[in-house]
Amino acid sequence: MMWLVGSILLTSLAGVPGLFYRREGSGGERFACGLILAGCGSGLIAVALTLLSDNVIQFAIPWSMPGGVLALRLDAITAAFLLPLFLVVATGAVYGLGYWPQHNNPGNGRNLRLFYGLISGAMILLLSARNGVLFLMAWEIMALAGFFLIITEEHKEEVRRAGFIYLIATHTGTLALFALFALLGHNSESLLFPDMGTLPAAGSSLIFLLGLFGFGMKAGLMPMHIWLPGAHAAAPSHASALLSGIMIKTGIYGLVRMTSFFTEIPAWWGWTLLILGAISGIFGVALAIAQHDIKRLLAYHSVENIGIITLGLGLALLGRSYNQPALVLLGLSGCLLHVVNHALFKSLLFLSAGSVIHAVGSREIDHFGGLLKRQRWTGLYFLGGAVAISGLPPFNGFVSEWLIYLGAFQPIHHPGSSLSFALLTAPALAVIGVLALACFVKIFGISFLGEPRSSGAAKAHEAPRTMLWPMGFLLLACIWIGLLPTSLRPLLERAATDWSGNLTLPKLTGNLAPLSAISVAGWLVLGLLLFIGWLLHRQSAQASRDIGTWGCGYQFPAMRMQYTSSSFADSLVRLFRFGLWSKRHGGQVRGLFPGREEFSSHTPDLVLDRALTPAFTGLAWLFRWLRSLIQNGIAAIYLLYIALTLIVLLTLLLR
Amino acid sequence: MIGRIALQLTVLLLFAPLPLGVINKTKALFAGRIGPPLLQPYYDLARLWRKGFVFSRTTTWVFLTGPVVGLVVPLLAVQLLPFGGLQAPISFTGDLILFVYLFGLSRFFTAIAALDTGSSFEGMGAAREVTFSCLAEPTLLFSLLVLARSADSLSLGALLGPQLANQWLTEIGASLGLIVVCLFVVLLVENSRIPFDDPNTHLELTMIHEVMVLDHSGPALGMILYGAALKLMVMSALLVRIVLPLQTGSLFLDLLVFLLGLMGLAVLIGMVESTMARLSLPRVPQVLVGTMLLSVFALVLVLR
Repeated sequence: MMWLVGSILLTSLAGVPGLFYRREGSGGERFACGLILAGCGSGLIAVALTLLSDNVIQFAIPWSMPGGVLALRLDAITAAFLLPLFLVVATGAVYGLGYWPQHNNPGNGRNLRLFYGLISGAMILLLSARNGVLFLMAWEIMALAGFFLIITEEHKEEVRRAGFIYLIATHTGTLALFALFALLGHNSESLLFPDMGTLPAAGSSLIFLLGLFGFGMKAGLMPMHIWLPGAHAAAPSHASALLSGIMIKTGIYGLVRMTSFFTEIPAWWGWTLLILGAISGIFGVALAIAQHDIKRLLAYHSVENIGIITLGLGLALLGRSYNQPALVLLGLSGCLLHVVNHALFKSLLFLSAGSVIHAVGSREIDHFGGLLKRQRWTGLYFLGGAVAISGLPPFNGFVSEWLIYLGAFQPIHHPGSSLSFALLTAPALAVIGVLALACFVKIFGISFLGEPRSSGAAKAHEAPRTMLWPMGFLLLACIWIGLLPTSLRPLLERAATDWSGNLTLPKLTGNLAPLSAISVAGWLVLGLLLFIGWLLHRQSAQASRDIGTWGCGYQFPAMRMQYTSSSFADSLVRLFRFGLWSKRHGGQVRGLFPGREEFSSHTPDLVLDRALTPAFTGLAWLFRWLRSLIQNGIAAIYLLYIALTLIVLLTLLLR
Repeated sequence: MIGRIALQLTVLLLFAPLPLGVINKTKALFAGRIGPPLLQPYYDLARLWRKGFVFSRTTTWVFLTGPVVGLVVPLLAVQLLPFGGLQAPISFTGDLILFVYLFGLSRFFTAIAALDTGSSFEGMGAAREVTFSCLAEPTLLFSLLVLARSADSLSLGALLGPQLANQWLTEIGASLGLIVVCLFVVLLVENSRIPFDDPNTHLELTMIHEVMVLDHSGPALGMILYGAALKLMVMSALLVRIVLPLQTGSLFLDLLVFLLGLMGLAVLIGMVESTMARLSLPRVPQVLVGTMLLSVFALVLVLR
């Protein structure tokens, strides 16, 4: 337990010594990074100890706060969330040395490191807390530290706006959580978390709805994702990696933990999550395809992946409602494995996107181009992340999606039951997968291949080693899970057993989910690709590379004639025009000899820009109108108000 | 198992270009021409293999990943399929997802290899390829769900097992008929045949798959053509097995039935290509959505 407490203290205080350093100097950046690495190392030891021994680590000391004791506990579910957390926090801290050095950012470098450490520590505390009050405290520290991470560049208008929306969204969610924990405390007569599978189902529906709103808001489940794209685009890249890879998963953790308390699960919980997951997945990726800003695009992919994770959780809940142990095991292990996987490849993608932004000085995909020649390693890492997030073998994304697919196929064994509708999860996942593939073909192809599209891209340079090593490490972790998924099997099985209460679960082997076969297939794919690739490379080594691309007879191709990201996405965006409502301006050719013409397309967010902003603007207008009506500055009217109030009070009193 | 893997690979590698020859011969017959020899695809591959490479100065190492992945993926995917009455060499629960995603891997690398040239035409081809596959993939998944439901199993080997022969006669037969149509459409889309794409077209603006490989040359182009032939044969094998679920028990006879079925399918593709015009690009999504609805209907029929 000391390892875990040490890890919380070390990471959360990592930025504090830096405050005593001069802002023009190094700002204690190496010291802060060292503290975070030490904290993550000690946390990893705690996780490893839990996984190697069969018992869980517990910790409880008396506490003067309401709720009795300060209880921490590290079980398999917590470990599944902590494992990626330590990897991402550590790599992000090292990356920050090169990406946000103090001597380039004297104004905000120390702040960034302070809140980076604080949010990491708060998340470790949150994931291991077993007391409602402690959980909410950690939740609030995390939310506020996240706010300060987002507004690191507070001099920019869009950053302040993103931070403001985030603050409103997170506190709306927290409001629901306060109610949730009050109800939970009322039902179980203690603010300590109840044991797995002990709470009766009576009165649980309100708790579920509150949790779905509060945790779903943090997770970025559509339509509660409004804060996510702006916030992830505004934060510095390694902070975005942490927010997107880890912080939004605390919402998923909340849902997983909350649903584990109940003895029985009503079927509509699972169905609700399946529907929300499918909506998040499909619309998240469709919105991502329409984006031009690389970080906004990646942020929408977080909405998509949260959708996939929710599909897994929904299947597991249905498995409990319909008493299907196999479905519970496959759904929950797919959900948890995708949590780990998404943390790894999404932070890899954000870090390599940061390296590109660092080199080119722009976030617009259409300003990149030809970067693979100038940034070999960054390009390779981004490609690895792109293959992984598209869920293609032999990387890790495939393994978790495969588990969820297997869960989605389970109802074929039980024809005639209403569970059959869950089969539709499989085509939904297929659509999400193909769209994600299309999106990453677009982003990798437009950014890294072809010719540079701007002078910034032409002058781009490779990132320093402090930024490259963390990315390489994350890619290795992705390959590790893709090729050796069996190494995480005990963790997933234990977490599923803990979660499902009194169901006896099968194992992730043999006829249910032969992970070892996937591992063999992964090795075969990788080995054959490398072998045949090497043969072809050797044979083509002598070939000349000094002619231009075939322009279908046109002799003078220019950089600007390349396919752009919006032209690549256009056919897909048109397919989804019923849900995206992209704005298109210009582009109409007029007359026999058309003159200069401009074209631009823009896809605003479905919920925030289309629904909430107009609705709140309308409300604000209404209240301003009411105020001008009531507070009109005429003294006689104010006297009338006083008289009316008195009369009303008198009638009430004398009644 | 090693023996079966070797047999499967040999049959695939030997016979894959033949259906292309049959398709071309059929088209020639319909047009009243003599047409190229049946073995022309083999001669083309041999000729390309002896040629040298030409690379655009824009390209990087990614350019060569397209041909490599396109060749490797069918070699692995074929191990999960039964060739006619022959057993699938490798079979495990959930291999049908691996089958689908392996082809996704090949699509990813073919598309980025196309974008590597920086040419607008190849960008167009890549964009169309990924768009149409978005509509074809759910159809494939629905069809696999139908098969999985009727076989009560999750491995391709069992899905396409000998029970298919009886199922045609039961009430599942109607669903099987529907998914045969769906899978045929998916086969045409994925292998860029008329009416979705024309492998022999001459205008870069209208191509889909062919335009993505415009800049490839020599052995790399040969690998792409061979990979495309392998893919056509692998996907045809799926269809042939559903339509001809005969099982004689004799290795030689089973293989013969399978190869005959394969050639029959090639003749059918040739007939479709001779009698239909290419669809205009905006029509393609409509046809694909229609096919998807057909596959949903097939699923509803087996689930009710």
